[in-house]
Amino acid sequence: MKLGLVLEQLHRDEDDLAQHLLRVSERHKVDHEIYHLARDLAKWSQQHVREIAAIAGRYGRELDPEPKGENTLLEKIREKGSELVGRDAEAGLLLLRDLREAYIKACGVSADWELVAQAAQGIKHMDLLEVAQRCHAQNLRQMKWANGKLKESATQILVS
Amino acid sequence: MGRIDRIAEPWGTRTPYGSGETWPVRVDTHLAEGVDAESVDCWVQTASILHSNGDAMDIAVKDNRMVGVRGRASDRVNHGRLGPKDLYGWQANSSPDRLTRPLIREGGKLVETDWETAMDRVVARSKALLAEQGPSALGFYTTGQLFAEEYYTLGTIAHGGIGTNHVDGNTRLCTATAAEALKESFGCDGQPGSYTDVDHADVIALYGHNVAETQTVLWTRMLDRLAGPNPPKIICVDPRLTEVARAATVHLAPRPGTNVALMNAILHHIIANGWVDQDYIQAHTVGFQDLEKEAAKYPPALAAEITGVPAGKIEEAAQILGHAERLLSTVLQGFYQSNQGTAAAVQVNNINIIRGMLGKPGCGILQMNGQPTAENTRECGADGDLAAFRNWSNDAHIKDLARVWNVDPMSIPHYSPPTHLMQMMRYAEDGSIRMLWVSGTNPAVSLPELRRIRSILAQDRLFLVVQDIFLTETAQLADVVLPAATWGEKTGTFTNADRTVHLSEKAVDPPGEARPDLDIFIDYAHRMGLKDKDGEPLVKWDSPESAFEAWKECTRGRPCDYTGITYGKLRGGSGIQWPCNEENPDGTERIYADGKFWAHPEYCETYGRDLITGAPVDPTEYKALNPEGRAIIKAAEYVPPHELPSQEFPLQLITGRTLFHFHTRTKTARAPELQAAAPDVWVEVSAHDAGTYGFAEGDLAEVATPRGSVQAKVRIGGIRDGVVFLPFHYGYWDTPGRHEPDGAGRAANELTITEWDAASKQPIFKTAAARISKVRSGDGPAPAPTNTASAPAGDFPAEARTRGIPSALADEEIPGQGTHGPADGNGGSGTDEREAQL
Repeated sequence: MKLGLVLEQLHRDEDDLAQHLLRVSERHKVDHEIYHLARDLAKWSQQHVREIAAIAGRYGRELDPEPKGENTLLEKIREKGSELVGRDAEAGLLLLRDLREAYIKACGVSADWELVAQAAQGIKHMDLLEVAQRCHAQNLRQMKWANGKLKESATQILVS
Repeated sequence: MGRIDRIAEPWGTRTPYGSGETWPVRVDTHLAEGVDAESVDCWVQTASILHSNGDAMDIAVKDNRMVGVRGRASDRVNHGRLGPKDLYGWQANSSPDRLTRPLIREGGKLVETDWETAMDRVVARSKALLAEQGPSALGFYTTGQLFAEEYYTLGTIAHGGIGTNHVDGNTRLCTATAAEALKESFGCDGQPGSYTDVDHADVIALYGHNVAETQTVLWTRMLDRLAGPNPPKIICVDPRLTEVARAATVHLAPRPGTNVALMNAILHHIIANGWVDQDYIQAHTVGFQDLEKEAAKYPPALAAEITGVPAGKIEEAAQILGHAERLLSTVLQGFYQSNQGTAAAVQVNNINIIRGMLGKPGCGILQMNGQPTAENTRECGADGDLAAFRNWSNDAHIKDLARVWNVDPMSIPHYSPPTHLMQMMRYAEDGSIRMLWVSGTNPAVSLPELRRIRSILAQDRLFLVVQDIFLTETAQLADVVLPAATWGEKTGTFTNADRTVHLSEKAVDPPGEARPDLDIFIDYAHRMGLKDKDGEPLVKWDSPESAFEAWKECTRGRPCDYTGITYGKLRGGSGIQWPCNEENPDGTERIYADGKFWAHPEYCETYGRDLITGAPVDPTEYKALNPEGRAIIKAAEYVPPHELPSQEFPLQLITGRTLFHFHTRTKTARAPELQAAAPDVWVEVSAHDAGTYGFAEGDLAEVATPRGSVQAKVRIGGIRDGVVFLPFHYGYWDTPGRHEPDGAGRAANELTITEWDAASKQPIFKTAAARISKVRSGDGPAPAPTNTASAPAGDFPAEARTRGIPSALADEEIPGQGTHGPADGNGGSGTDEREAQL
């Protein structure tokens, strides 16, 4: 069975998404909604990391239950940097770049969860299916958030 | 006719009535010293402009001057009553420091000029920016205090003429969540309830709604029910011991920021006990399963830990709500301006929906607003929505609006939701909005984190136009100041929180060269040469009434249908509730009767948003979820506030209003009776916290958050332990700093956090971590009113209690009861005693 491999991949991708969302938050502290939401949504992915690790043992994978932590010093430096460039219109382009990346990473995670859900149905593992459905629903909200923010922010940044 | 001090007795004398009866008339009058009703030249019809209740009144005019006001007995809203702000606030109109000439900035200073020069400057900058950057460089920030005709004209100019997406009102601060909560639950804005529901309700639940101070006449109506036979039960959710809380059957005082946890627990208990209307849910709603699933996660015991409200109290409230036969729910800033505003307000809607309590007498929801004309800002497309509740993500709606305006659909920006205010400030900060036109509002005092706001507004690269009646803190930062006429000096219509439309007629001439806002906007449109697609002027109207007729056409067939209303119909009688059209020629008291909603995918104003992330719902998704246009039951998980108390900032700060002032006091501080009732800022703490910090009543304290500090005298009151309250009215125009602190801060918004609800984009004024410390001992009580939520908790000197200055005496006339006093036993305290106090 190759399910363990998929879970390992998903574990990595969720962790990566959480890290990216935290970076987006730090880098765009002056865009207050993005700062707060990206942090909140990173927590969802961090929780998914824990849940994947908790269930992956049954599929032959020992995965770290702890999501990668934040580098607090680095975070502070980024936040300060964000405040310094907050009045520079070029920072807008970086924001679009970061949101695009968040969207793509969330899409990747979404595909991963679909694979897991398909497999779980195939082997009738209802608890795995339950985890997949619950986490995937949150993942889709992360995706829509990144996409929505991207659309909402693009025009002003690109035409000004 | 009784004489009464309406500062000491803000709600006046009781006229009790029972369930299903008509609220008795009581006519309130206040005239200037030496004027009596017989010597008044004429009475001119209007409604109140200092809160959202829409109390109908007449302005007394003598020798072309305002000399007083009188409530309109025939009006459905107030049955003759007026609140203290209505009785005294009109005097601000004739204040000697009104703006009477345009000002422009020359060599760093504002100097007087003529209209030609001022408008030329605005138009020249607009045209230059349009040529250089395009419409994205221009933003318009308006208010909740102009008239419908003026908002519609502004919205038409900005959306249809300039083509900018950056239009919002200060309604963003007060009513954005009301609108969003209605849109989320019903697919469209529009107040489900009516004030007449107070006459019928057996339970009135007020969520974060200190109605006793925000809409005093609506509270008077509730007090009269409470004083009559079979009074309603009152549920109050508020961390302060408000007058509503004092009158409540159950008072829940949650920790700030935990409203969603509280609401989910109430819903949990209601659903678990089966106190729901399954037939209604089956026939008229979608989404109930999601709510069942979410609410199941919040047993009262768990919510008690989060909210600090005992589980027993949560269950008691749920039991009353669950057994109500006619439930009226009302919501205001305690929910809207707190953490998760929209999610919490939507859960209030859910209670009425799952109990099938909509569209029937006594069964209603009032998602309130704070400002007199906020509803019009929402309807007319001046607040980040499109005119007449059109859906920006529905191409057919854009096409229809383009037809009304006779412009190309592509010239109406609809590529994303209209830009909300806090985002506009961000664009001004990053330099991509380069001209901001502020009309009738004072962001330099009313927005969160004032140091940041001042630094944005003061930038050289931002061209700031301010249109107002006084030289506010914001106006002092402007490049061009346009002097406006106000209420009583111009004609127009406005709509209150229960959809009642009133006509407000011109009573006197504006001072000096001040001009009606409508004339200023139209003048701008013509000078800019804004045209429709046939080369005709875009703005085709030239007077209030012709503007109203144009607005009516825009509303035809939409939920806020005004087509059956005319100025003539509004003159003389009562205000009229929209929708008013051929089918409903006398207006509509309650919408959503028979479980019919405006939520059909082709008709709805919005497809909604994710209540947590704020992401817009995709049209296809909405169509799949709600193809028949039913009410939408939306659940939401509790998310803790982002700024929680810490060791450094162990308390929570909330801000709010007092009964005697409005906004940044531009008018109310210029009415002597109101100013004397609440002359300066104060901070409220509980007796327990006062003990912890060693405060006595009246001590000077410093309140600080990570963003700044404010000094204020301490009022020891009935607020929840661990929470401090600051009124938000006090800025700097009457201090040496004039537009900023000169030494210690005074404005509550020095302290508030820059954060907003992801769904409604309303700033969060009521969840900040704070600390408090003593500066020095006081020499008398704090300057806080004693007959409101800021009432002192312990012993208090009788002579320092709130009472009016001599001119505060007003008249009360209760038909069939010429005078009244202690002997008539109506529950009000006697006029004799009150006069004796003066």
